[in-house]
Amino acid sequence: MGLKLDMENFGLTTFSRDGKLGQIDFALEAMSKGESSIGICAKNGVVLASEKKLSSILIDEESFHKVELLGVSKGVTFSGMTTDFQALLLNGRKEYHKYFSKFKTPITSRRMAENLGKVMQEATQSGGVRPFGVSLLVGGYDNDGAHLYQIDPSGAYFGWKATAIGKNMMNMKNFLEKRYTDSIELEDAIHLAILMLKENYEGEMNEVNIEIGIIGTDKKFRILTPAEIKDYLKEAEQCYVDSSIITNVDQLR
Amino acid sequence: VSTQSTWDIRKYKMSDQYNGAALVGMCGKECVALACDTRLGVQLRTIDTNFNKVFKVNDRTMIGLTGLATDIQTVSAKLHKEEKVYRLEEGETLTASMFANFVSHFLYKQRFAPYIVTPIVAGLDYDSITKEWKPVMAGYDLIGCMDQNNTFAVGGTCSELLYGACESFYKEGMGPDEIFEVISQALLTSMDRDILSGWGANVYILTPTQLITKKLLTRVDQQLFQYSNLLSVKKKKKKKKK
Repeated sequence: MGLKLDMENFGLTTFSRDGKLGQIDFALEAMSKGESSIGICAKNGVVLASEKKLSSILIDEESFHKVELLGVSKGVTFSGMTTDFQALLLNGRKEYHKYFSKFKTPITSRRMAENLGKVMQEATQSGGVRPFGVSLLVGGYDNDGAHLYQIDPSGAYFGWKATAIGKNMMNMKNFLEKRYTDSIELEDAIHLAILMLKENYEGEMNEVNIEIGIIGTDKKFRILTPAEIKDYLKEAEQCYVDSSIITNVDQLR
Repeated sequence: VSTQSTWDIRKYKMSDQYNGAALVGMCGKECVALACDTRLGVQLRTIDTNFNKVFKVNDRTMIGLTGLATDIQTVSAKLHKEEKVYRLEEGETLTASMFANFVSHFLYKQRFAPYIVTPIVAGLDYDSITKEWKPVMAGYDLIGCMDQNNTFAVGGTCSELLYGACESFYKEGMGPDEIFEVISQALLTSMDRDILSGWGANVYILTPTQLITKKLLTRVDQQLFQYSNLLSVKKKKKKKKK
């Protein structure tokens, strides 16, 4: 196999000689093999989008979601293992309501990310557990504007203006670096997310193969229905045609 | 014959009358005021004449507490700590309405062994949509039932008297100067008729830019135990001559 059966590779709570925790790196590997997810902060909202490949036409696509609500004002998506995500989702929802019952105001995005990060970190420093094999993207619109946080299997959380996780994340991040501006509007951000998903999608992309969740200045997160996604896809097709011309010109240069 | 069970809060009535206090809060136009008496007593005996019952939580909130003095000290200390912890964790100060809700949660946590206090939270919330400072005034019972309104809140041993005085004197849209007059009159008239509260009063008026503190001179005719005289007597040490 190439991996020795010793504490260096399989002991979660032991450091290796070069100062690394092997299991966390492997968890990041598991995450980067998961389906891609994108998060973009717009001037007036946040977009969370994710691939939702259905392995068979017999699957009921309404029965599970990749983009989920954490509370009224927070949304979350992920890349990696679905079951680990479900466990974190349950925890995150409880934390959301615990905070709300104390203060009667929705929790801030940073604090939500901190709480989730804490749970994920506990699974890297306890006995008999393994790290969570997911990276989460938490999006919310607080009093001081739009926020997007990524939480890694190690428990570290980062604030992003726009990011991608999962398969092809390097390509997607490069694309974002070129296309993202601070003054992007929510509608444009949705188009940008769809564009990015389409570029890297293996197979045909339609309104049931992806999931998009948005939150605007009304501070209410909602997941777009397939009908709405279909409309956006139609608009995006036009944009895709235009943008592909532009990229060809760049390549010529 | 009423059987008093663990959840019956009537058994705390006597502890409420142990130390004595008076507290009243009023809402004005972009200002709130809290006034308290400064007597600390042990039933009929006055111990301290400068025991303050209103505490500043942060720049936009203050809390006043009546009831058992030991619980006043403990609850105010714990709430201060919670506010500080929140400020460190969040990076922002607690808003007045969030603090008001938190106090309710805090008191209910001790539902079966309550803090025998009647808090009143008074603060100002900044509404970024209308660009106004909205007053927040909330009174509670000892287990956290919040009574939030835009008029006044009362607490303490003379709360019944204070209700009457506030109903007559209170009017909407008062400025900081007017609210000082009204709240002082309401407190003084009620406090003077109650033996357990009195002996000086502090009035705190919170506006968006300042916290105004004023002391009132009241009648001081309750029995005073002269502790201070005993403590000031020092023993003279005789130096041995070599």
